[in-house]
Amino acid sequence: MTKMMYRDAVLSTIMEEMARDPDVVVLGEDVVGGMGTAGGPEAIGGIWSTSTGLYDRFGPGRVIDTPISESAIVGAAAGLALSGKRPVAELMFADFIGVCLDQLWNQIAKFRYMFGGKSRCPAVIRMAYGAGFNAAAQHSQSVHQILTGMPGLKVVMPATPADVKGLLRTAIRDDDPVIFLEHKALYATSGDVPDDPDFMIPFGHARLCRAGGDVTIVSTGLLLGMCEAAADRLAAEGIGCDVIDLRTTSPLDEETILDSVEVTGRLVVVDEAPPRCGLAADLRALVAEKAFSSLKAPPLQVTPPHTPIPFARELESAYLPSVDKIEDAVRRVLAWR
Amino acid sequence: MQLSREALLNAYRAMKTIREFEERLHVEIQTGEIAGFTHLYCGQEAVAVGVCEHLGTRDRIVSTHRGHGHCLAKGCDVEGMMKEIWGSREGLCKGKGGSMHIADADKGMLGANGIVGAGAPIAVGAALASRANGPGPDGLDVAIAFSGDGACNQGTTFEAMNLAVVTQAPCIFVFENNHYSEHTGFSYAVGTDRDIASRAEAFGMKAWRADGTDFFAVHETMREVLAHVRGGGGPAAVEFDTERFFGHFEGDPQRYRGPGEIDRIRAERDCLTRFRAAVTAAGLLEHSDIDALDTQVMDTIEAAVSAARAAARPTAEDVLADVYISY
Ligand SMILES: Cc1ncc(C[n+]2csc(CCOP(=O)(O)OP(=O)(O)O)c2C)c(N)n1
Ligand SMILES: [Mg+2]
Repeated sequence: MTKMMYRDAVLSTIMEEMARDPDVVVLGEDVVGGMGTAGGPEAIGGIWSTSTGLYDRFGPGRVIDTPISESAIVGAAAGLALSGKRPVAELMFADFIGVCLDQLWNQIAKFRYMFGGKSRCPAVIRMAYGAGFNAAAQHSQSVHQILTGMPGLKVVMPATPADVKGLLRTAIRDDDPVIFLEHKALYATSGDVPDDPDFMIPFGHARLCRAGGDVTIVSTGLLLGMCEAAADRLAAEGIGCDVIDLRTTSPLDEETILDSVEVTGRLVVVDEAPPRCGLAADLRALVAEKAFSSLKAPPLQVTPPHTPIPFARELESAYLPSVDKIEDAVRRVLAWR
Repeated sequence: MQLSREALLNAYRAMKTIREFEERLHVEIQTGEIAGFTHLYCGQEAVAVGVCEHLGTRDRIVSTHRGHGHCLAKGCDVEGMMKEIWGSREGLCKGKGGSMHIADADKGMLGANGIVGAGAPIAVGAALASRANGPGPDGLDVAIAFSGDGACNQGTTFEAMNLAVVTQAPCIFVFENNHYSEHTGFSYAVGTDRDIASRAEAFGMKAWRADGTDFFAVHETMREVLAHVRGGGGPAAVEFDTERFFGHFEGDPQRYRGPGEIDRIRAERDCLTRFRAAVTAAGLLEHSDIDALDTQVMDTIEAAVSAARAAARPTAEDVLADVYISY
């Protein structure tokens, strides 16, 4: 095991996979971070420090700094993938999928199926998502809700450095397009990461962060920390929570959720995306259909309201889920009759 | 064309207001009181002011992530902006938008924008509205799309330029070439030694180029551009060569700069210093006139900061205000 930061897990995994497989290429805005400047090409090395040193080691043929052109980045990733490469493309902020939605949705996601299974499109599109920085409505969003709903995309949301390592390696070696969502507020968090150069975590396997048996809490990314904090508070009163980290929203590990809910009979889904037509609504429908007879209370969701993300500190924290809101939801599902 | 004394004083006041607004933010941001991402406009003041001094409230502008200068030059309230940046509910956008999303439709300011390249199509729409309204006594109202050199690589910008040409919309694409998009040099990101204006020309519109650190060059160029566009000559583009004095955003280590680069541009390419030197050498204004404005502006900024500090904070209920449907 090696202790490392989430962002270093991203960088080291890309570095290792590039060293292992000459077909892996990286592209994105400022991923080199100084092209055409007096400070030299790697003056900055990517604004998230997730590509620092790649250009120096692998050169311009495999590390492509792009102009501000998201449609061309994702489209080029599609073309690279159709032509035998394994692109790892970066969108600086997940919000910018708005600029290149066609390439993600109508192109990359559809090739394998639409071409009768004859095309492979092994592209990874990484992007930084999530709120907590008062970056306001266009730089804070959680976009898994939109992307998970698109047939043809796999959607990965690692919450720990170890999961970054295992899931990003799986993503890069996967033969289908994978959206890899990195929470901005997790980049500087640290954790132990296995040293095995082939350590991989398969998609569609949720992680049981905590077993408690009274209530099931399901979440992803940054919010898991809040779920665990709420579970700790409740544990002090003898209330046990199962806390489940989905890891991937597509494919979805239904079994882990259903197994837990069959024991607890109570579900709270905690999500950073807006409330309608999202992950939380989807999982509540899942248990309503497949664990109906086990349910002891209506499944609840803790999400932001149906509004854009506000700027001011007070507004953003009121907007986001919190430990208090999660604790309150758990108490409400427990209080049901 | 010689500007009146009053016009000269107004132009200087406007540029100095932007400068001191930004210099003050640069200091205040280090205290941690201001949240979010802030991109300062220092160094580019002559462009915003040289363009907007020609505009009325019926003319519209669309701005970028580096928008404070455009907002101030178009008449947005200094205190309302400062309060917005502080995240107050008394801010121009009630604390919902912050630095990157300041807007004031009543002033013809259709918004700063966090999405690079998003502004140009919106400006074309505003110009099409003006085309539909037809010319007034001074000709057509215009819409200005302010864009950076980085934004000129975005497909939306190309589509907007083409649409403006196709529809002959009274739209002016103002490209502020400060030689960097974030940490990447202009020469790399455009991939040629051609300039941005020649891209605009390739779409079939008339394009101008001028030194964006020389207020008089900007102002005079825009007089010609506006005569062309207001008169129904169709869209136009202008590329201003300018400088950004601070980092891309506050906190940028700026290792991509050459040695002494910031000192050099501040010494040689400061639009305020150049303005003062030009008007005093020509005997149009005295140093004392300008010093008096400096004092006035410092007072305005000080008052705005105090007001922003003391202004009411938003509450949790405000999250749900101004949405048409809520769950
Ligand atoms: C669609 C989109 N892509 C990328 C970014 C990140 N970003 C913000 S500003 C910027 C550089 C913009 O450069 P330029 O247009 O030259 O404007 P300047 O910052 O120099 O004023 C980038 C890449 C963004 N905000 N939106
Ligand atoms: Mg620029």
